[in-house]
Amino acid sequence: MVNAGIPLDPGVMYRIDFNKLRFLVCDDNPHMRRILRTLLHSFGAREVYEAEDGATALEMYSHYVPDIVITDWAMPIFDGLELAQMIRQPESKGNPFAPIIMLTGHTEKRRVTVARDAGVTEFLAKPISAKGLYQRILNVVANPRPFIKTKTYFGPDRRRNTNNAYMGPERRVGEKAEVLQQPSLLDKARSAI
Amino acid sequence: MAKQKTPALQIETYATHHVITQPNPLRKVLRRAGEKDTDDDPVARAEKALAGLSGEFRDWMEKETKRLLSAHAAVVEKGFTNETREELFRAAHDIKGDAVTFGYPQAAATAESLCRLIEHAPDLRKVPPDLIEHHVNAIQAIVHENTKLDTISVSSELSRRLRKVADEYLARVNRDRPDHLEAILAPSIVPAD
Repeated sequence: MVNAGIPLDPGVMYRIDFNKLRFLVCDDNPHMRRILRTLLHSFGAREVYEAEDGATALEMYSHYVPDIVITDWAMPIFDGLELAQMIRQPESKGNPFAPIIMLTGHTEKRRVTVARDAGVTEFLAKPISAKGLYQRILNVVANPRPFIKTKTYFGPDRRRNTNNAYMGPERRVGEKAEVLQQPSLLDKARSAI
Repeated sequence: MAKQKTPALQIETYATHHVITQPNPLRKVLRRAGEKDTDDDPVARAEKALAGLSGEFRDWMEKETKRLLSAHAAVVEKGFTNETREELFRAAHDIKGDAVTFGYPQAAATAESLCRLIEHAPDLRKVPPDLIEHHVNAIQAIVHENTKLDTISVSSELSRRLRKVADEYLARVNRDRPDHLEAILAPSIVPAD
């Protein structure tokens, strides 16, 4: 989603007020949940809800309406990928636009592509670091992408870079500009860290 | 933050897709960095909090290792079923993701090699049992001997050799499966930070 509302001042450095954000953390490993909780609370977050499987996370997603979801991939009942697919239902009553950060030990190219195609907003490879997590959160807060809906996909724009010269079979077609311009805030916000 | 109304959507329709935008609902959590922020680094604060947890890492690592041993014992007893395979993979995958954070990078590397074996072997029943057992035993030994400085180079060499043997095996048994071969040989594309 684009920053179409109040524009940010390009000359100003920004910080995230974590105490205004509500997180949902989903990981079947209690140690990893503890680490995530510790990091998020250290950043300043107060509301961190935790689920140990995808089904519980989906229930909590509907109930608590988190601003940001952080999920593992491999989990029992249904996994993080299925959780992302269920959240990204454009006709659902819940919020299908919430940023989803997938935190996982899977780091193969194929996996990243599959996660992206399920509507995951950011991918963060384990081992986790405070810096890596902070930057992913900063990215989804300060630099959101528009959503794209096609016959087979609903989620954040999968193209991070615009290549007008691309003429391949997966080029989107249409008469208008194909990607909406958005202000780049991330670098300025990063420099505030 | 979470109880806000969903901002109005703006939808632009193209021949093959829709582009959906809305004012950034997380815009309100970004604030101008002030003077009080100059001495406050949220990443450093989180790293310090993570370091505060480190006293528990050895205990956590031992629990993860016990889980792996138990999953392997189930494989030895029952053979590879969907259930035993899944549990062995999950246990190894968690160590792959967590062990670096816990201070056991060689255990993580060995667990990654085991994950690759489980994921890419065409028939797990044909994988030499010793190859899997050596991985499990190596992780156990690395975790138990981790505090002894003279064993670090041995751990590293052990991990490296196991990965080499496992990769040679996977390359051989997947020579007619190009998709797996590509995945086995491809480097990770996910940046750590």
